[in-house]
Amino acid sequence: MSAGGGSIFVVRVGVVVFPGSCDEADAYQAIERAGLEAEYLWHGERNLRGCDAVVIPGGFSYGDYLRAGALARFSPVMEAVSGFALEGGPVLGICNGFQVLCEAGLLPGALLLNESLRFVCRQLHVQVERTDSAFTGACEQGEVLSVPVKHTTGRYFAPDDLLQRLEHEAQVVLRYVPGENPNGSLHDIAGVVNEQRNVMGLMPHPEHATDPLTGSTDGLKLFSSLAVRGATVPA
Amino acid sequence: MRVRVLIRPKEGILDPQGQAVERALPALGYEGVSNVHVGRLVELDVPDGDGDVEARVEEMCERLLANPLIESYEVQSIDD
Repeated sequence: MSAGGGSIFVVRVGVVVFPGSCDEADAYQAIERAGLEAEYLWHGERNLRGCDAVVIPGGFSYGDYLRAGALARFSPVMEAVSGFALEGGPVLGICNGFQVLCEAGLLPGALLLNESLRFVCRQLHVQVERTDSAFTGACEQGEVLSVPVKHTTGRYFAPDDLLQRLEHEAQVVLRYVPGENPNGSLHDIAGVVNEQRNVMGLMPHPEHATDPLTGSTDGLKLFSSLAVRGATVPA
Repeated sequence: MRVRVLIRPKEGILDPQGQAVERALPALGYEGVSNVHVGRLVELDVPDGDGDVEARVEEMCERLLANPLIESYEVQSIDD
């Protein structure tokens, strides 16, 4: 991979597949639609086969037993993903992938049962709070994206002191627009990044918003952000 | 050694399951019940004579059985 003034970099993106994942095909397609190469990474693999970025898709990894995401974090592939993330590699966790990253300690906070106790499935709007992260670089500051949510365990929670730190360090990158918080998340938080800003998790599904047929292509921007940022992934 | 682990939502964290149960009780005629919380129970056989069993169960709780950010836990030994 070589840098070249402002051009799009081809990045190979691994899509992790756990037993119980269900959104990997849409994630794969979204990556290709963003002009990148996609490859599936089975949960039993111990290396990322040279991928430049990783997406952990939605679903019900390991049946969501015990707590959503709690068991997936111990799979062999997650060991590789953790090492990759700690070296600065871009990692995106969507929905169940967000839960996995929180359980693995790669992202701050936790996701709890929706305040309504109900499964929510609807198209809604999130505002891009920060564009200085691995997956929001192709967005405009303050831009509103139309994306769907579909989850039962999506209420973002962090203890007061952690929440204040996240706000202070601008780690909240996506927020539900006022009145559209579907799950009772604190501070309307829809997506957060780690301190190094290379790991991101979000409850909405950008991979389901990449085709005009389904009403919005806004989700594509998160994947194309990787192309913009391609040059900065670790060797 | 047979061990029981009780896992509860941490105090102060919104517990909609507990609230739903609390709201349902008056419908059955049980008035005045408050502070209802719904948690999880894990029972396990842990091999004895392999160091400090309680410390190891504690470690299991911290690493897997509970999420210490959102849950508190209590370890009890079950006497047969």
